[in-house]
Amino acid sequence: MTTITQPARPSTTKDETIGQARIAMRDQGGAGEHLGEVERKLSTLEMLWDNGFVRKLLLLILLGIVWEIYGRSLNNPLLFPTLSETFDSMKDGIVSGVLPLRAWTSLKVLLMGYAAGVVLAAALTIAAINTRLGTDFLETMTAMFSPLPAIALLPLALIWFGLGNGSLVFILIHSVLWAVALNTHSGFRAVSQTLRMVGRNYGLRGLAYVFRILIPAAFPSILTGLKIGWAFAWRTLIAAELVFGVSSGQGGLGWYIFENRNLLDIPAVFAGLLTVIVIGLVVENLIFRTLERRTVQKWGMQN
Amino acid sequence: MTQPLLDVSGVTLRYKTPGVLVTATERVSFQVNTSDRFVLLGPSGCGKSTLLKAVGGYLTPSEGAITIKGRKVTEPGADRMMVFQEFDQLLPWRTVLENVMFPLQVARRLGRKEAETKARHYIDKVGLTRAVNSYPHTLSGGMKQRVAIARGMAMEPDILLMDEPFAALDALTRRTCQDELLQLWEETKFTVLFVTHSIAEAIKIGNRILLLSPHPGRVKAEVVDVDKVSPTDGTAGQLEKKIHELLFADEAAHAE
Repeated sequence: MTTITQPARPSTTKDETIGQARIAMRDQGGAGEHLGEVERKLSTLEMLWDNGFVRKLLLLILLGIVWEIYGRSLNNPLLFPTLSETFDSMKDGIVSGVLPLRAWTSLKVLLMGYAAGVVLAAALTIAAINTRLGTDFLETMTAMFSPLPAIALLPLALIWFGLGNGSLVFILIHSVLWAVALNTHSGFRAVSQTLRMVGRNYGLRGLAYVFRILIPAAFPSILTGLKIGWAFAWRTLIAAELVFGVSSGQGGLGWYIFENRNLLDIPAVFAGLLTVIVIGLVVENLIFRTLERRTVQKWGMQN
Repeated sequence: MTQPLLDVSGVTLRYKTPGVLVTATERVSFQVNTSDRFVLLGPSGCGKSTLLKAVGGYLTPSEGAITIKGRKVTEPGADRMMVFQEFDQLLPWRTVLENVMFPLQVARRLGRKEAETKARHYIDKVGLTRAVNSYPHTLSGGMKQRVAIARGMAMEPDILLMDEPFAALDALTRRTCQDELLQLWEETKFTVLFVTHSIAEAIKIGNRILLLSPHPGRVKAEVVDVDKVSPTDGTAGQLEKKIHELLFADEAAHAE
């Protein structure tokens, strides 16, 4: 090996031999007992304040107090009942069994429409990922129908299916189908080329490929679609029930609200609205959140 | 000479980009024997990755043929396991163990127990015993690539196809991974077809190197007995320099 001899030059900084690097070890141990705060337990108050749920609960309580004060100062239960009157009315509704019955009626129809919409969306999406014509069909239909509010189809549905669950299920399908199909399809398309190649490397094809690679890989989008579809369906249903209310003997929550407005039982109207909100929140935060935590969050596919 | 394990003869590969038909490789031929560490080396645009994908069965040659153990390659299959450069090649919804087990179950049709024993064995080999139940997103880049290698090796394929598996790693991790790969090869003597654009990596990993020139990719030279050079006596450095000259001779000519 050739050695590179440095031309003699005056060392400017230190009297060290050039060409030989030096490693100076630092004393880490006894250098100083005085270390800054490395770790400290947070106080209970700090931990509570860091909890989003606690903060939101505090906000809700605050809003409830404002509501109660305003209601009392207005003193007009026909226009704006107080929070306590609303809760009383809600309690009565639950004890008499009317409110749970109404909620159950709504949920039953909702589940039927939701399930049918999701199944149809799955069929459409599978057609779309397998054939180009299927893709065109899905894209055209989604572009046409997703801006169309489901409730706008209600008059037509009433003519076709009459007063009854048939009409409700029809418009529910319409409200679920496009949102779910659109999200699922874009989720499938976004699956990385590498993952697709991995799947084919294993010799997977057809339905096995769809179920073992595409669906899990697109699950974040699918879940988003299901959530949006649920929210659309729930709103559509309550609105539809308000329009034609009771049909086959028993109505849902929308009808409960409408009925009590006619009876001028405004606290019960508020109780009905509150129930709609609570059910929406429970499904969103309990069911979908749990599903999210157990899947996409655990897999690191969504934060 | 006995039949080579992998025979690529006169392969021309073309692919379409919007509006243009690109010829990636033109009449490329080479043979890989059992236990070879065969490296495809060339600058970007020489079609080395495309060639590897064709061996993987993802592309059909428009000319020539690729055969493995005498069978013609027509589609992807688990007899040629791929290791990709991208870190997202692991299935994020499966743990390390499940990722390695999955192909054993679906492609080899092994029972759960058997697949698990085998998977654990290879995960131990790449030194990831402690991460066996972790999900991929919690692993570092180097660990992910190790899992992908374990997954490929556990299948005991005819040939392992590696597409610049260490290119996205940091320099220190890359060296460790290269050393580990050689260590694994010492133990099991598997056959590997390795794509890289790093001359140093090619010399370190391979026992044979195929040099490709770009636009379109053609075979420029084949270097054999690469494992005979040694970095300690300077021969590896000389070889690296020579290969560099060979690869860039054209470019210098073009520039003038």
